[in-house]
Amino acid sequence: MSQTAATAGSVPASTAVPSEQYNYEIVKKFSIAAVIWGVLGMAAGVWIASQLAWPFLNFDIAQITFGRFRPVHTTLVIFGFGGNALFATSYYIIQRTCQTRLYSDRLSLFTFYGWNLALILGVFTYMAGITQGREYAEFNWQIDILIAITWIVYFWVFLMTLLRRSQPHIYVANWFFMAFILATALLHIFNNLQVPLSLTSPHSYSLFSGVQDAMTQWWYGHNAVGFFLTAAFLGMMYYFVPKQAGRPIYSYKLSIIHFWALVFLYMWVGAHHLHWTALPDWVSTLAATFSILLLLPSWGGMINGIMTLSGAWDKLRTDPIMLFLITALSFYGMSTFEGPMMSLKSVNALSHYTDWTVGHVHSGALGWVAMITFGSLYHLIPRLWNTKIYSLRLIYIHFFLATIGIVLYIVSMWVAGIGQGLMLRAFDEYGNLAYTFTESVVFLHKPYMVRAIGGGFFLLGMLIMAFNVAMTILTAKRTVPVADESRATAASAS
Amino acid sequence: MTELWSWITDLGNSKIIALLLFMGTFVAIVIYLFSSRRRSTRFESYRYIPLDDEDSPLDPNTGSGDRNKGERS
Repeated sequence: MSQTAATAGSVPASTAVPSEQYNYEIVKKFSIAAVIWGVLGMAAGVWIASQLAWPFLNFDIAQITFGRFRPVHTTLVIFGFGGNALFATSYYIIQRTCQTRLYSDRLSLFTFYGWNLALILGVFTYMAGITQGREYAEFNWQIDILIAITWIVYFWVFLMTLLRRSQPHIYVANWFFMAFILATALLHIFNNLQVPLSLTSPHSYSLFSGVQDAMTQWWYGHNAVGFFLTAAFLGMMYYFVPKQAGRPIYSYKLSIIHFWALVFLYMWVGAHHLHWTALPDWVSTLAATFSILLLLPSWGGMINGIMTLSGAWDKLRTDPIMLFLITALSFYGMSTFEGPMMSLKSVNALSHYTDWTVGHVHSGALGWVAMITFGSLYHLIPRLWNTKIYSLRLIYIHFFLATIGIVLYIVSMWVAGIGQGLMLRAFDEYGNLAYTFTESVVFLHKPYMVRAIGGGFFLLGMLIMAFNVAMTILTAKRTVPVADESRATAASAS
Repeated sequence: MTELWSWITDLGNSKIIALLLFMGTFVAIVIYLFSSRRRSTRFESYRYIPLDDEDSPLDPNTGSGDRNKGERS
Protein backbone atom coordinates (compact mmCIF):
# COMPACT_ATOMS: atom_id res chain seq x y z
CA MET A 1 0.00 0.00 0.00
CA SER A 2 2.74 2.39 0.98
CA GLN A 3 4.53 1.31 -2.15
CA THR A 4 1.60 2.30 -4.34
CA ALA A 5 1.38 5.68 -2.66
CA ALA A 6 5.08 6.16 -3.14
CA THR A 7 4.84 5.23 -6.81
CA ALA A 8 2.05 7.70 -7.39
CA GLY A 9 3.80 10.33 -5.35
CA SER A 10 7.14 9.91 -7.08
CA VAL A 11 5.76 11.16 -10.40
CA PRO A 12 5.44 14.94 -10.43
CA ALA A 13 1.86 16.01 -11.14
CA SER A 14 2.92 18.06 -14.15
CA THR A 15 4.52 15.10 -15.93
CA ALA A 16 2.51 12.13 -14.58
CA VAL A 17 0.52 10.36 -17.25
CA PRO A 18 -2.67 8.57 -16.17
CA SER A 19 -1.12 5.12 -16.71
CA GLU A 20 1.50 5.93 -14.05
CA GLN A 21 -0.65 8.00 -11.71
CA TYR A 22 -3.40 5.39 -11.53
CA ASN A 23 -3.49 1.61 -11.21
CA TYR A 24 -4.38 0.67 -14.79
CA GLU A 25 -2.99 -2.87 -14.56
CA ILE A 26 -5.98 -4.12 -12.58
CA VAL A 27 -8.39 -2.38 -14.95
CA LYS A 28 -6.65 -4.06 -17.90
CA LYS A 29 -6.93 -7.49 -16.28
CA PHE A 30 -10.65 -7.13 -15.57
CA SER A 31 -11.31 -5.71 -19.06
CA ILE A 32 -9.63 -8.65 -20.80
CA ALA A 33 -11.43 -11.11 -18.50
CA ALA A 34 -14.76 -9.43 -19.37
CA VAL A 35 -14.16 -9.95 -23.08
CA ILE A 36 -13.07 -13.60 -22.65
CA TRP A 37 -16.03 -14.48 -20.40
CA GLY A 38 -18.30 -12.56 -22.77
CA VAL A 39 -17.29 -14.78 -25.71
CA LEU A 40 -17.65 -17.98 -23.66
CA GLY A 41 -20.91 -16.99 -21.95
CA MET A 42 -22.59 -15.86 -25.15
CA ALA A 43 -21.39 -18.99 -26.96
CA ALA A 44 -22.97 -21.08 -24.17
CA GLY A 45 -26.17 -19.04 -24.63
CA VAL A 46 -26.32 -19.66 -28.38
CA TRP A 47 -25.64 -23.33 -27.75
CA ILE A 48 -28.54 -23.79 -25.32
CA ALA A 49 -30.84 -21.66 -27.51
CA SER A 50 -29.97 -24.01 -30.38
CA GLN A 51 -30.63 -27.05 -28.18
CA LEU A 52 -34.18 -25.79 -27.63
CA ALA A 53 -34.69 -25.50 -31.38
CA TRP A 54 -32.78 -28.65 -32.32
CA PRO A 55 -32.74 -30.99 -29.28
CA PHE A 56 -30.30 -33.46 -30.89
CA LEU A 57 -27.58 -30.97 -29.93
CA ASN A 58 -27.73 -32.42 -26.42
CA PHE A 59 -25.76 -35.36 -27.88
CA ASP A 60 -26.83 -37.32 -24.78
CA ILE A 61 -23.95 -35.77 -22.85
CA ALA A 62 -25.23 -34.91 -19.38
CA GLN A 63 -22.68 -32.11 -18.79
CA ILE A 64 -23.91 -30.01 -21.72
CA THR A 65 -27.65 -30.56 -21.46
CA PHE A 66 -29.85 -27.48 -21.11
CA GLY A 67 -30.40 -27.91 -17.36
CA ARG A 68 -26.68 -27.82 -16.57
CA PHE A 69 -25.54 -25.46 -19.29
CA ARG A 70 -28.14 -22.76 -18.67
CA PRO A 71 -26.59 -21.66 -15.33
CA VAL A 72 -23.18 -21.78 -17.05
CA HIS A 73 -24.55 -19.28 -19.59
CA THR A 74 -26.24 -16.97 -17.04
CA THR A 75 -23.27 -17.05 -14.67
CA LEU A 76 -20.73 -16.31 -17.38
CA VAL A 77 -22.64 -13.46 -18.97
CA ILE A 78 -23.90 -11.82 -15.77
CA PHE A 79 -20.97 -12.36 -13.42
CA GLY A 80 -18.20 -13.13 -15.92
CA PHE A 81 -18.83 -10.57 -18.65
CA GLY A 82 -20.90 -8.06 -16.65
CA GLY A 83 -19.13 -8.53 -13.32
CA ASN A 84 -15.60 -8.21 -14.70
CA ALA A 85 -16.66 -5.18 -16.77
CA LEU A 86 -18.08 -3.59 -13.61
CA PHE A 87 -14.91 -4.25 -11.63
CA ALA A 88 -12.86 -2.77 -14.49
CA THR A 89 -14.97 0.33 -14.98
CA SER A 90 -15.60 1.01 -11.29
CA TYR A 91 -11.86 0.79 -10.54
CA TYR A 92 -11.17 3.07 -13.51
CA ILE A 93 -13.93 5.59 -12.81
CA ILE A 94 -13.22 5.93 -9.10
CA GLN A 95 -9.56 6.67 -9.81
CA ARG A 96 -10.33 9.17 -12.55
CA THR A 97 -13.15 11.02 -10.80
CA CYS A 98 -11.53 11.03 -7.34
CA GLN A 99 -8.14 11.75 -8.93
CA THR A 100 -6.38 9.29 -6.72
CA ARG A 101 -4.81 5.87 -7.08
CA LEU A 102 -6.66 2.77 -5.86
CA TYR A 103 -6.24 2.17 -2.15
CA SER A 104 -4.32 -1.09 -2.53
CA ASP A 105 -2.85 -2.86 -5.55
CA ARG A 106 -2.66 -6.17 -3.70
CA LEU A 107 -6.23 -6.15 -2.46
CA SER A 108 -7.60 -5.15 -5.86
CA LEU A 109 -5.57 -8.00 -7.37
CA PHE A 110 -7.13 -10.31 -4.77
CA THR A 111 -10.60 -9.28 -6.00
CA PHE A 112 -9.55 -10.22 -9.55
CA TYR A 113 -8.36 -13.70 -8.63
CA GLY A 114 -11.12 -14.34 -6.08
CA TRP A 115 -13.90 -13.35 -8.46
CA ASN A 116 -12.59 -15.25 -11.47
CA LEU A 117 -11.71 -18.34 -9.46
CA ALA A 118 -15.31 -18.44 -8.22
CA LEU A 119 -16.53 -18.28 -11.83
CA ILE A 120 -14.27 -21.11 -12.98
CA LEU A 121 -15.32 -23.28 -10.04
CA GLY A 122 -18.94 -22.42 -10.77
CA VAL A 123 -18.71 -23.56 -14.40
CA PHE A 124 -17.22 -26.93 -13.49
CA THR A 125 -19.58 -27.61 -10.58
CA TYR A 126 -22.68 -26.76 -12.66
CA MET A 127 -21.53 -29.08 -15.42
CA ALA A 128 -20.95 -31.77 -12.81
CA GLY A 129 -24.54 -31.29 -11.67
CA ILE A 130 -23.73 -29.55 -8.39
CA THR A 131 -26.07 -26.62 -7.84
CA GLN A 132 -28.04 -24.88 -5.11
CA GLY A 133 -30.94 -24.61 -7.51
CA ARG A 134 -31.44 -20.90 -6.78
CA GLU A 135 -31.74 -18.81 -9.91
CA TYR A 136 -28.67 -16.64 -10.63
CA ALA A 137 -27.21 -17.98 -7.35
CA GLU A 138 -26.50 -21.58 -8.25
CA PHE A 139 -23.00 -21.62 -6.73
CA ASN A 140 -22.62 -24.15 -3.90
CA TRP A 141 -21.98 -22.86 -0.40
CA GLN A 142 -18.17 -23.00 -0.45
CA ILE A 143 -18.04 -20.83 -3.57
CA ASP A 144 -20.61 -18.50 -1.97
CA ILE A 145 -18.19 -17.91 0.90
CA LEU A 146 -15.34 -17.18 -1.53
CA ILE A 147 -17.56 -14.65 -3.33
CA ALA A 148 -18.61 -13.03 -0.03
CA ILE A 149 -14.98 -12.56 1.03
CA THR A 150 -14.00 -11.19 -2.38
CA TRP A 151 -16.94 -8.81 -2.29
CA ILE A 152 -16.08 -7.46 1.15
CA VAL A 153 -12.52 -6.80 -0.03
CA TYR A 154 -13.96 -5.02 -3.09
CA PHE A 155 -16.09 -2.86 -0.78
CA TRP A 156 -13.05 -2.05 1.36
CA VAL A 157 -10.88 -1.07 -1.62
CA PHE A 158 -13.69 1.10 -3.03
CA LEU A 159 -14.46 2.77 0.31
CA MET A 160 -10.84 3.49 1.20
CA THR A 161 -10.19 4.89 -2.28
CA LEU A 162 -13.16 7.20 -1.87
CA LEU A 163 -11.80 8.34 1.50
CA ARG A 164 -8.40 9.27 0.04
CA ARG A 165 -9.79 11.21 -2.93
CA SER A 166 -8.28 14.51 -4.07
CA GLN A 167 -11.57 15.71 -5.53
CA PRO A 168 -13.81 17.11 -2.73
CA HIS A 169 -17.08 15.90 -4.28
CA ILE A 170 -17.88 12.24 -4.92
CA TYR A 171 -19.10 12.08 -8.52
CA VAL A 172 -22.54 10.49 -8.95
CA ALA A 173 -21.21 7.46 -10.86
CA ASN A 174 -19.45 6.40 -7.66
CA TRP A 175 -22.72 6.65 -5.73
CA PHE A 176 -24.22 4.11 -8.09
CA PHE A 177 -21.21 1.83 -7.70
CA MET A 178 -21.32 2.09 -3.92
CA ALA A 179 -25.07 1.29 -3.87
CA PHE A 180 -24.36 -1.69 -6.14
CA ILE A 181 -21.58 -2.99 -3.89
CA LEU A 182 -23.56 -2.61 -0.66
CA ALA A 183 -26.82 -4.00 -2.03
CA THR A 184 -25.09 -6.95 -3.72
CA ALA A 185 -23.33 -7.86 -0.46
CA LEU A 186 -26.66 -7.80 1.38
CA LEU A 187 -28.46 -9.79 -1.31
CA HIS A 188 -25.72 -12.38 -1.74
CA ILE A 189 -25.32 -13.08 1.97
CA PHE A 190 -29.02 -13.35 2.86
CA ASN A 191 -30.06 -15.29 -0.24
CA ASN A 192 -27.29 -17.83 0.36
CA LEU A 193 -27.93 -18.58 4.03
CA GLN A 194 -27.58 -22.34 3.87
CA VAL A 195 -27.20 -25.31 6.16
CA PRO A 196 -24.44 -27.52 4.69
CA LEU A 197 -24.87 -31.30 4.78
CA SER A 198 -21.30 -31.55 6.05
CA LEU A 199 -18.09 -29.53 5.84
CA THR A 200 -16.85 -31.60 2.91
CA SER A 201 -20.11 -31.86 1.00
CA PRO A 202 -20.92 -29.30 -1.71
CA HIS A 203 -24.63 -29.74 -0.97
CA SER A 204 -26.73 -27.74 1.48
CA TYR A 205 -30.28 -26.89 2.48
CA SER A 206 -31.74 -23.38 2.36
CA LEU A 207 -32.28 -21.78 5.76
CA PHE A 208 -35.71 -20.66 4.53
CA SER A 209 -38.58 -22.83 3.40
CA GLY A 210 -41.83 -22.63 1.45
CA VAL A 211 -43.09 -19.25 0.35
CA GLN A 212 -40.47 -17.43 2.46
CA ASP A 213 -37.79 -19.20 0.47
CA ALA A 214 -39.43 -18.21 -2.82
CA MET A 215 -39.76 -14.63 -1.57
CA THR A 216 -36.08 -14.52 -0.54
CA GLN A 217 -35.01 -15.90 -3.91
CA TRP A 218 -36.94 -13.28 -5.86
CA TRP A 219 -36.02 -10.51 -3.48
CA TYR A 220 -32.47 -11.51 -4.45
CA GLY A 221 -33.26 -12.20 -8.12
CA HIS A 222 -34.94 -8.92 -8.92
CA ASN A 223 -32.56 -6.81 -6.87
CA ALA A 224 -29.67 -8.50 -8.64
CA VAL A 225 -31.29 -7.05 -11.77
CA GLY A 226 -31.82 -3.74 -9.97
CA PHE A 227 -28.47 -3.20 -8.33
CA PHE A 228 -26.08 -5.42 -10.30
CA LEU A 229 -27.50 -5.06 -13.81
CA THR A 230 -29.03 -1.59 -13.51
CA ALA A 231 -27.51 0.67 -10.84
CA ALA A 232 -23.94 -0.40 -11.51
CA PHE A 233 -24.27 -0.03 -15.28
CA LEU A 234 -25.84 3.39 -14.70
CA GLY A 235 -22.62 4.26 -12.89
CA MET A 236 -20.83 3.23 -16.08
CA MET A 237 -23.25 5.34 -18.13
CA TYR A 238 -22.78 8.46 -15.97
CA TYR A 239 -19.07 8.44 -16.69
CA PHE A 240 -18.65 7.08 -20.21
CA VAL A 241 -21.53 8.88 -21.96
CA PRO A 242 -20.27 12.37 -20.95
CA LYS A 243 -16.68 11.32 -21.56
CA GLN A 244 -17.30 9.91 -25.03
CA ALA A 245 -19.58 12.81 -25.96
CA GLY A 246 -17.05 15.32 -24.62
CA ARG A 247 -19.95 17.07 -22.88
CA PRO A 248 -21.11 17.11 -19.25
CA ILE A 249 -24.12 15.08 -18.22
CA TYR A 250 -27.44 16.83 -19.01
CA SER A 251 -28.49 17.48 -15.40
CA TYR A 252 -26.63 16.67 -12.20
CA LYS A 253 -29.68 17.33 -10.04
CA LEU A 254 -31.68 14.87 -12.11
CA SER A 255 -28.94 12.28 -11.55
CA ILE A 256 -29.27 12.76 -7.77
CA ILE A 257 -33.07 12.41 -7.82
CA HIS A 258 -32.72 9.45 -10.18
CA PHE A 259 -30.25 7.77 -7.83
CA TRP A 260 -32.28 8.14 -4.63
CA ALA A 261 -35.60 7.24 -6.25
CA LEU A 262 -34.05 4.10 -7.73
CA VAL A 263 -32.51 3.10 -4.41
CA PHE A 264 -35.73 3.67 -2.46
CA LEU A 265 -37.99 1.88 -4.93
CA TYR A 266 -36.05 -1.15 -6.19
CA MET A 267 -35.97 -3.18 -2.98
CA TRP A 268 -39.77 -3.56 -2.96
CA VAL A 269 -40.46 -4.99 -6.38
CA GLY A 270 -39.08 -8.57 -6.28
CA ALA A 271 -42.42 -10.11 -5.39
CA HIS A 272 -43.83 -9.31 -8.84
CA HIS A 273 -42.09 -12.53 -9.92
CA LEU A 274 -44.48 -14.45 -7.70
CA HIS A 275 -47.91 -13.17 -8.76
CA TRP A 276 -50.70 -15.76 -8.51
CA THR A 277 -48.78 -17.98 -6.10
CA ALA A 278 -49.02 -18.69 -2.35
CA LEU A 279 -47.56 -15.24 -1.69
CA PRO A 280 -49.96 -12.93 0.24
CA ASP A 281 -52.00 -10.79 -2.16
CA TRP A 282 -50.96 -7.52 -0.52
CA VAL A 283 -47.27 -8.29 -1.12
CA SER A 284 -48.03 -8.96 -4.76
CA THR A 285 -49.94 -5.67 -5.09
CA LEU A 286 -47.21 -3.74 -3.25
CA ALA A 287 -44.58 -5.11 -5.65
CA ALA A 288 -46.67 -4.23 -8.71
CA THR A 289 -47.28 -0.69 -7.40
CA PHE A 290 -43.60 -0.06 -6.75
CA SER A 291 -42.75 -1.53 -10.15
CA ILE A 292 -44.97 1.05 -11.84
CA LEU A 293 -43.42 3.84 -9.74
CA LEU A 294 -39.98 2.62 -10.82
CA LEU A 295 -40.73 3.72 -14.37
CA LEU A 296 -40.16 7.36 -13.32
CA PRO A 297 -36.55 7.14 -12.08
CA SER A 298 -35.68 4.69 -14.84
CA TRP A 299 -36.81 7.08 -17.53
CA GLY A 300 -35.25 9.98 -15.62
CA GLY A 301 -31.89 8.25 -15.98
CA MET A 302 -32.49 7.41 -19.61
CA ILE A 303 -33.46 10.99 -20.46
CA ASN A 304 -30.44 12.31 -18.55
CA GLY A 305 -28.13 10.09 -20.58
CA ILE A 306 -29.68 10.69 -23.98
CA MET A 307 -30.07 14.47 -23.48
CA THR A 308 -26.33 14.68 -22.79
CA LEU A 309 -26.03 14.57 -26.57
CA SER A 310 -28.44 17.50 -26.93
CA GLY A 311 -26.91 19.86 -29.49
CA ALA A 312 -24.40 17.27 -30.64
CA TRP A 313 -26.53 14.63 -32.26
CA ASP A 314 -24.19 14.63 -35.25
CA LYS A 315 -21.81 12.51 -33.16
CA LEU A 316 -24.13 9.58 -33.84
CA ARG A 317 -23.19 9.83 -37.52
CA THR A 318 -19.47 9.74 -36.93
CA ASP A 319 -18.87 7.86 -33.68
CA PRO A 320 -19.79 4.15 -33.46
CA ILE A 321 -18.99 4.09 -29.71
CA MET A 322 -21.63 6.77 -29.19
CA LEU A 323 -24.05 4.60 -31.20
CA PHE A 324 -23.52 1.77 -28.70
CA LEU A 325 -24.03 4.05 -25.70
CA ILE A 326 -27.16 5.80 -26.96
CA THR A 327 -28.72 2.56 -28.28
CA ALA A 328 -28.08 1.03 -24.86
CA LEU A 329 -29.99 3.88 -23.23
CA SER A 330 -32.85 3.44 -25.71
CA PHE A 331 -33.08 -0.27 -24.84
CA TYR A 332 -32.89 0.66 -21.16
CA GLY A 333 -35.92 2.91 -21.66
CA MET A 334 -37.76 0.22 -23.58
CA SER A 335 -37.14 -2.62 -21.14
CA THR A 336 -37.92 -0.43 -18.12
CA PHE A 337 -41.28 0.32 -19.71
CA GLU A 338 -41.93 -3.32 -20.54
CA GLY A 339 -40.96 -4.52 -17.02
CA PRO A 340 -43.53 -2.47 -15.08
CA MET A 341 -46.17 -3.40 -17.64
CA MET A 342 -45.41 -7.11 -17.16
CA SER A 343 -45.56 -6.65 -13.39
CA LEU A 344 -49.27 -5.82 -13.58
CA LYS A 345 -51.15 -8.87 -12.37
CA SER A 346 -53.43 -9.06 -15.43
CA VAL A 347 -50.54 -8.85 -17.92
CA ASN A 348 -48.47 -11.21 -15.78
CA ALA A 349 -51.23 -13.82 -15.93
CA LEU A 350 -50.51 -14.05 -19.66
CA SER A 351 -46.77 -13.41 -19.73
CA HIS A 352 -45.51 -15.41 -16.76
CA TYR A 353 -44.09 -18.89 -17.41
CA THR A 354 -43.77 -18.01 -21.10
CA ASP A 355 -40.88 -16.92 -23.33
CA TRP A 356 -42.05 -13.31 -23.16
CA THR A 357 -40.17 -13.13 -19.84
CA VAL A 358 -37.04 -14.53 -21.51
CA GLY A 359 -37.35 -11.92 -24.26
CA HIS A 360 -37.80 -9.13 -21.70
CA VAL A 361 -34.73 -10.20 -19.75
CA HIS A 362 -32.65 -10.24 -22.92
CA SER A 363 -33.87 -6.82 -24.10
CA GLY A 364 -32.37 -5.55 -20.85
CA ALA A 365 -29.36 -7.85 -20.79
CA LEU A 366 -28.33 -7.56 -24.44
CA GLY A 367 -29.80 -4.15 -25.24
CA TRP A 368 -28.84 -2.28 -22.09
CA VAL A 369 -26.15 -4.18 -20.17
CA ALA A 370 -24.13 -5.58 -23.05
CA MET A 371 -24.41 -2.52 -25.32
CA ILE A 372 -23.37 -0.04 -22.59
CA THR A 373 -20.50 -2.39 -21.72
CA PHE A 374 -19.36 -2.64 -25.35
CA GLY A 375 -19.40 1.15 -25.68
CA SER A 376 -17.56 1.62 -22.40
CA LEU A 377 -14.90 -0.99 -23.22
CA TYR A 378 -14.33 0.48 -26.68
CA HIS A 379 -13.78 3.84 -24.97
CA LEU A 380 -11.64 2.37 -22.22
CA ILE A 381 -9.31 -0.12 -23.90
CA PRO A 382 -7.39 2.27 -26.19
CA ARG A 383 -6.90 4.62 -23.25
CA LEU A 384 -5.61 1.88 -20.99
CA TRP A 385 -2.98 0.84 -23.51
CA ASN A 386 -2.41 4.43 -24.62
CA THR A 387 -3.09 3.67 -28.25
CA LYS A 388 -5.83 3.95 -30.85
CA ILE A 389 -8.49 1.38 -31.60
CA TYR A 390 -7.42 -1.17 -34.23
CA SER A 391 -10.48 -0.76 -36.46
CA LEU A 392 -13.40 1.66 -36.28
CA ARG A 393 -15.06 -0.21 -39.14
CA LEU A 394 -15.16 -3.36 -37.03
CA ILE A 395 -16.92 -1.41 -34.26
CA TYR A 396 -19.59 -0.40 -36.79
CA ILE A 397 -19.94 -4.01 -37.93
CA HIS A 398 -20.19 -5.14 -34.32
CA PHE A 399 -22.86 -2.53 -33.63
CA PHE A 400 -25.09 -3.58 -36.52
CA LEU A 401 -24.66 -7.32 -35.86
CA ALA A 402 -25.55 -6.78 -32.19
CA THR A 403 -28.57 -4.60 -32.99
CA ILE A 404 -29.94 -7.00 -35.61
CA GLY A 405 -29.33 -9.89 -33.22
CA ILE A 406 -31.24 -8.22 -30.39
CA VAL A 407 -34.20 -7.35 -32.62
CA LEU A 408 -34.42 -10.94 -33.91
CA TYR A 409 -34.18 -12.23 -30.33
CA ILE A 410 -36.80 -9.94 -28.82
CA VAL A 411 -39.34 -10.17 -31.62
CA SER A 412 -39.14 -13.98 -31.76
CA MET A 413 -39.62 -14.17 -27.99
CA TRP A 414 -42.61 -11.82 -28.13
CA VAL A 415 -44.18 -14.06 -30.75
CA ALA A 416 -43.26 -17.21 -28.78
CA GLY A 417 -44.33 -15.87 -25.39
CA ILE A 418 -47.59 -14.21 -26.32
CA GLY A 419 -48.56 -17.14 -28.57
CA GLN A 420 -47.66 -19.64 -25.86
CA GLY A 421 -49.59 -17.65 -23.21
CA LEU A 422 -52.68 -17.41 -25.41
CA MET A 423 -52.58 -21.12 -26.32
CA LEU A 424 -52.23 -22.25 -22.70
CA ARG A 425 -55.18 -20.07 -21.65
CA ALA A 426 -57.53 -20.88 -24.56
CA PHE A 427 -60.71 -22.86 -23.91
CA ASP A 428 -63.05 -24.52 -26.35
CA GLU A 429 -66.84 -24.17 -26.33
CA TYR A 430 -67.14 -26.90 -23.68
CA GLY A 431 -64.69 -25.27 -21.26
CA ASN A 432 -61.85 -27.70 -21.98
CA LEU A 433 -58.32 -26.53 -22.81
CA ALA A 434 -58.23 -25.78 -26.55
CA TYR A 435 -54.61 -26.85 -27.03
CA THR A 436 -52.44 -29.59 -25.58
CA PHE A 437 -49.05 -28.71 -24.11
CA THR A 438 -47.38 -30.53 -27.00
CA GLU A 439 -49.15 -28.28 -29.52
CA SER A 440 -47.69 -25.22 -27.76
CA VAL A 441 -44.21 -26.79 -27.99
CA VAL A 442 -44.66 -27.41 -31.73
CA PHE A 443 -45.71 -23.77 -32.13
CA LEU A 444 -42.50 -22.62 -30.39
CA HIS A 445 -40.15 -24.34 -32.83
CA LYS A 446 -39.94 -21.51 -35.42
CA PRO A 447 -39.53 -18.66 -32.93
CA TYR A 448 -36.82 -20.74 -31.21
CA MET A 449 -34.94 -21.05 -34.52
CA VAL A 450 -35.12 -17.28 -35.06
CA ARG A 451 -33.96 -16.70 -31.48
CA ALA A 452 -30.94 -18.96 -32.01
CA ILE A 453 -30.07 -17.06 -35.20
CA GLY A 454 -30.43 -13.72 -33.37
CA GLY A 455 -28.14 -14.99 -30.62
CA GLY A 456 -25.70 -16.11 -33.31
CA PHE A 457 -25.59 -12.56 -34.73
CA PHE A 458 -24.90 -11.19 -31.26
CA LEU A 459 -22.16 -13.75 -30.63
CA LEU A 460 -20.54 -12.97 -33.98
CA GLY A 461 -20.42 -9.31 -32.97
CA MET A 462 -18.81 -10.28 -29.67
CA LEU A 463 -16.17 -12.35 -31.51
CA ILE A 464 -15.40 -9.38 -33.75
CA MET A 465 -15.01 -7.23 -30.65
CA ALA A 466 -12.63 -9.77 -29.10
CA PHE A 467 -10.55 -9.68 -32.31
CA ASN A 468 -10.58 -5.88 -32.41
CA VAL A 469 -9.57 -5.64 -28.74
CA ALA A 470 -6.81 -8.25 -29.14
CA MET A 471 -5.39 -6.46 -32.19
CA THR A 472 -5.56 -3.10 -30.39
CA ILE A 473 -3.57 -4.48 -27.47
CA LEU A 474 -1.05 -6.32 -29.67
CA THR A 475 -0.52 -3.24 -31.82
CA ALA A 476 -0.01 -1.12 -28.70
CA LYS A 477 2.60 -3.53 -27.41
CA ARG A 478 4.47 -3.50 -30.72
CA THR A 479 4.66 0.30 -31.07
CA VAL A 480 6.24 2.91 -28.79
CA PRO A 481 3.49 5.34 -27.85
CA VAL A 482 3.88 8.88 -29.13
CA ALA A 483 3.37 10.18 -25.60
CA ASP A 484 6.31 8.18 -24.25
CA GLU A 485 8.50 9.43 -27.06
CA SER A 486 7.62 13.06 -26.40
CA ARG A 487 8.13 12.63 -22.65
CA ALA A 488 11.50 11.03 -23.26
CA THR A 489 12.47 13.89 -25.58
CA ALA A 490 11.33 16.45 -22.98
CA ALA A 491 13.25 14.65 -20.25
CA SER A 492 16.49 14.52 -22.30
CA ALA A 493 16.13 18.21 -23.24
CA SER A 494 15.79 19.23 -19.60
CA MET B 1 -44.79 9.68 24.51
CA THR B 2 -45.00 6.08 25.72
CA GLU B 3 -48.06 5.51 23.52
CA LEU B 4 -46.22 6.86 20.46
CA TRP B 5 -43.23 4.62 21.21
CA SER B 6 -45.43 1.52 21.58
CA TRP B 7 -47.19 2.45 18.29
CA ILE B 8 -43.82 2.71 16.56
CA THR B 9 -42.56 -0.59 17.97
CA ASP B 10 -45.76 -2.43 16.97
CA LEU B 11 -44.79 -4.58 13.96
CA GLY B 12 -48.28 -4.12 12.54
CA ASN B 13 -47.45 -0.45 11.91
CA SER B 14 -44.14 -1.19 10.18
CA LYS B 15 -45.55 -0.54 6.70
CA ILE B 16 -46.75 2.96 7.62
CA ILE B 17 -43.48 3.73 9.41
CA ALA B 18 -41.42 2.52 6.44
CA LEU B 19 -43.54 4.63 4.09
CA LEU B 20 -43.17 7.76 6.27
CA LEU B 21 -39.42 7.24 6.69
CA PHE B 22 -38.59 6.56 3.05
CA MET B 23 -41.05 9.03 1.53
CA GLY B 24 -40.03 11.69 4.08
CA THR B 25 -36.34 11.22 3.33
CA PHE B 26 -36.93 11.32 -0.41
CA VAL B 27 -39.03 14.50 -0.21
CA ALA B 28 -36.37 16.05 2.04
CA ILE B 29 -33.69 15.25 -0.59
CA VAL B 30 -35.77 16.87 -3.35
CA ILE B 31 -36.40 19.98 -1.21
CA TYR B 32 -32.70 20.14 -0.34
CA LEU B 33 -31.79 20.00 -4.03
CA PHE B 34 -34.14 22.72 -5.22
CA SER B 35 -34.49 25.06 -2.23
CA SER B 36 -31.35 27.11 -2.79
CA ARG B 37 -30.20 28.65 -6.06
CA ARG B 38 -26.57 28.70 -4.88
CA ARG B 39 -26.66 25.02 -3.88
CA SER B 40 -28.30 24.19 -7.18
CA THR B 41 -25.50 25.94 -9.10
CA ARG B 42 -22.91 24.15 -7.00
CA PHE B 43 -24.44 20.76 -7.78
CA GLU B 44 -24.57 21.49 -11.49
CA SER B 45 -20.86 22.37 -11.41
CA TYR B 46 -20.14 18.74 -10.48
CA ARG B 47 -21.25 17.69 -13.96
CA TYR B 48 -17.78 18.58 -15.20
CA ILE B 49 -15.85 16.21 -12.92
CA PRO B 50 -15.36 13.47 -15.57
CA LEU B 51 -14.12 16.08 -18.03
CA ASP B 52 -11.71 17.72 -15.58
CA ASP B 53 -9.37 14.75 -15.66
CA GLU B 54 -7.37 14.74 -18.88
CA ASP B 55 -7.25 11.65 -21.05
CA SER B 56 -4.17 9.98 -22.35
CA PRO B 57 -2.44 12.09 -25.01
CA LEU B 58 -3.60 9.88 -27.86
CA ASP B 59 -6.98 10.09 -29.50
CA PRO B 60 -8.15 6.45 -29.49
CA ASN B 61 -9.77 6.84 -32.88
CA THR B 62 -7.17 8.76 -34.83
CA GLY B 63 -4.01 8.36 -32.80
CA SER B 64 -3.37 12.06 -32.20
CA GLY B 65 -4.58 14.81 -29.86
CA ASP B 66 -7.20 14.62 -27.11
CA ARG B 67 -10.69 15.15 -28.39
CA ASN B 68 -12.41 14.68 -25.08
CA LYS B 69 -11.67 17.90 -23.32
CA GLY B 70 -14.87 19.29 -21.88
CA GLU B 71 -16.35 22.56 -22.98
CA ARG B 72 -17.58 24.54 -20.02
CA SER B 73 -20.68 26.52 -20.83
